[in-house]
Amino acid sequence: MTSTDTPREFPRRMEPPVTPLTAPFWDATRERRLLVQWCLDCDTSVFYPREVCPGCLGTHLEWREASGNGTLYSFTVNHLSPDPIGGDGPFTIGLVELTEGPRMMTNVVGLPLDDLEVGMELQVTWDELTDGRHYPMFEPRGGST
Amino acid sequence: MSTTNIRGASAIVGVADDASPTGQLELSGRALEAAMIEQALEDAGLTIADVDGVCHTGSSMGLAEFLGVHPRFTDSTMTGGSSFEVHVEHAAAAIAAGLAEVVISVYASTPRGDRARASAAGGPGGGGGGRRMPPNFGGPNPMLEWEVPSGIRQPMGAYALAATRHMALYGTTAEQLAQIAVSTRQWATMNPKARYQDPITIDDVLASPMQTTPLHLLDCCLVTDGAGAFVMTSAERAKSLPKPPAYVLGVGTCHDHAMISQMPELSTTAGTISGPAAFGMAGIKPSDVDLLMGYDSFTITALLHLEDLGFCAKGEGGPFAADGNLGPGGSLPMNTNGGGLSYTHPGMYGMFLLVEAVKQLRGECGQRQLADPNIAVAHGSGGTLSCMSTVVLGTEATLS
Repeated sequence: MTSTDTPREFPRRMEPPVTPLTAPFWDATRERRLLVQWCLDCDTSVFYPREVCPGCLGTHLEWREASGNGTLYSFTVNHLSPDPIGGDGPFTIGLVELTEGPRMMTNVVGLPLDDLEVGMELQVTWDELTDGRHYPMFEPRGGST
Repeated sequence: MSTTNIRGASAIVGVADDASPTGQLELSGRALEAAMIEQALEDAGLTIADVDGVCHTGSSMGLAEFLGVHPRFTDSTMTGGSSFEVHVEHAAAAIAAGLAEVVISVYASTPRGDRARASAAGGPGGGGGGRRMPPNFGGPNPMLEWEVPSGIRQPMGAYALAATRHMALYGTTAEQLAQIAVSTRQWATMNPKARYQDPITIDDVLASPMQTTPLHLLDCCLVTDGAGAFVMTSAERAKSLPKPPAYVLGVGTCHDHAMISQMPELSTTAGTISGPAAFGMAGIKPSDVDLLMGYDSFTITALLHLEDLGFCAKGEGGPFAADGNLGPGGSLPMNTNGGGLSYTHPGMYGMFLLVEAVKQLRGECGQRQLADPNIAVAHGSGGTLSCMSTVVLGTEATLS
C-alpha cells in the first residue's frame, strides 16, 4: 500500500498542484517529512498553508516538522470512485486530526475497512507521486494491521 | 442597533417553480429564468416595470440587462444552495431601509436536459448545471491541493464525513437517517410534479447501493432540472396585492468554512447561529413553527438542521426523525413538496424551500396542504454544510 522505490509512470491519484507558498510542504515530502505552518504571533498551527494566520492575520509563519501522529476525526469509504492507491474496491478517505492540531483530508490505509473507528490512533505513511513527491496518508499507529 | 425594523417590513408576494416527474424541463438558461420571473410576477399581480431590485447567483447585472431592468438594488450573492435565503435576507433589509421596493430572485438549472441536448447534438455529455461549482477562493483553489487528491467524491463525501462523525458521537443509525428519506417520500406522493412519487421503506433505503459510507443512494438528493423565482415587496405595498403576503419575520445567516476539511465541528453547523438569529428576530420558538423547509441535499443535512435550529437537542435528531415527526401527521411537517430527496434538486435547492413555504402559508398546496399554518421556516444550506441561512415567514396573523 505504501510507495515503491520506483516512481509510477502515470498518476493514479490527482496529484496536488504546488504553489510558491506550499512548495516547502511538498519539497519536504520528498524526504517523507510532514510539515505544518506555525503562527509565531498567536502560537498556533495553521493548515492549509496560508500567507497569513487565519484568526490573527499575523504574517510571521514558519514551517515546523509534525510528529506524524494523529487520530481519526471522521471517515468515509468511497464505493464510487477509482482507488487513488490502485486497489480494485472501495477505499477510505479520512479527516485526520494531527497531534499538533490541524485536520487533514487524506487516505487511511493498512487496515480492514471494518476496523475503521472514529478516534483511532494513526501515523503518517507515504504514497509516492510521479514527480518524487509523496502524498501523506495515515495508517494505524504501530503500522499496518 | 435594533433589528426590529426588518420584522414584518417586507413580504414574499409572488412565487413560481417548475420541475417534472421526468426530471427534465424543456426550457433552459435565461429563457427558463424569464419564464419563472414572469410567472412569479403574475402571481404577485405585478409586472417587470415594477421591479427595482434584482438578485442572481451568477450576475445580477447580466440578468437585469437581459430583462431590460435598471435596478437600484443589486445582489449577486452566491453561497451555493442557501443563496436564495440570503437573497431574501438582503432584500428584506434593503426594502426596510427604502433602497428598493420590488425585488426579484430567480434560479434555473437543467443538468438532465443539458445532458440530453448535448447527447442529441453528438456532443460530449455536457451538463454541469447540477454540479456544485467549487467555492471561489479568490486565488488558487486550496480544494485542489488539499481535498481532491484524496479521491473524495464531492459533494456527497463531505456529507458522509459529517454523518460518520454524528453516528460516532451520538449513536445515530443508518435506519434513523433512512426514516428522513421515507418521511420525505411520503410527502412526495402528494406532489404531482415530484420526480419520485412511490412510497419507500427504510429497507428500500438501506438496500439501495452504498455510495460513500454511510450514505446509500436513497440518502442522497436527486439530480434533476428545476427552476423557480420569488418576488418581494414592502409590507405596505403587499397589502394591496391579490394574494395573501408571506411576511418576512426573521432572517439570519452564518458560514463557518468553505471546504469540509475546515469545518470547525462536522456534527454541528452554522445553523446554530443563523437559526437563533432568525427566530429571535421573528420572536418565535421552535415549537411555534408549523412547517420546516429544511435543505435536504442528503438525509444527514436535514438531520443536522433539526438539532441546530433547536427542534430537538444536539444528538437527538436520529430518534426525533425515527419517531415519525417529519411526515404527514407528524409534529413537525418537513419538506412537504418532497424535498431535494424526492421532488427536485437541480444543484442549488434553496429556491424551492421558499416557494413551498409561501404556498403552504397561502393554502395552495392541494392534497399535501397543512391545516392553517401560520409560521414556516426555510433553512438553506450551501457549499458543503458551509453557509446556513434561515428565513422565518408568517401570515398576516403573525404580524401583531
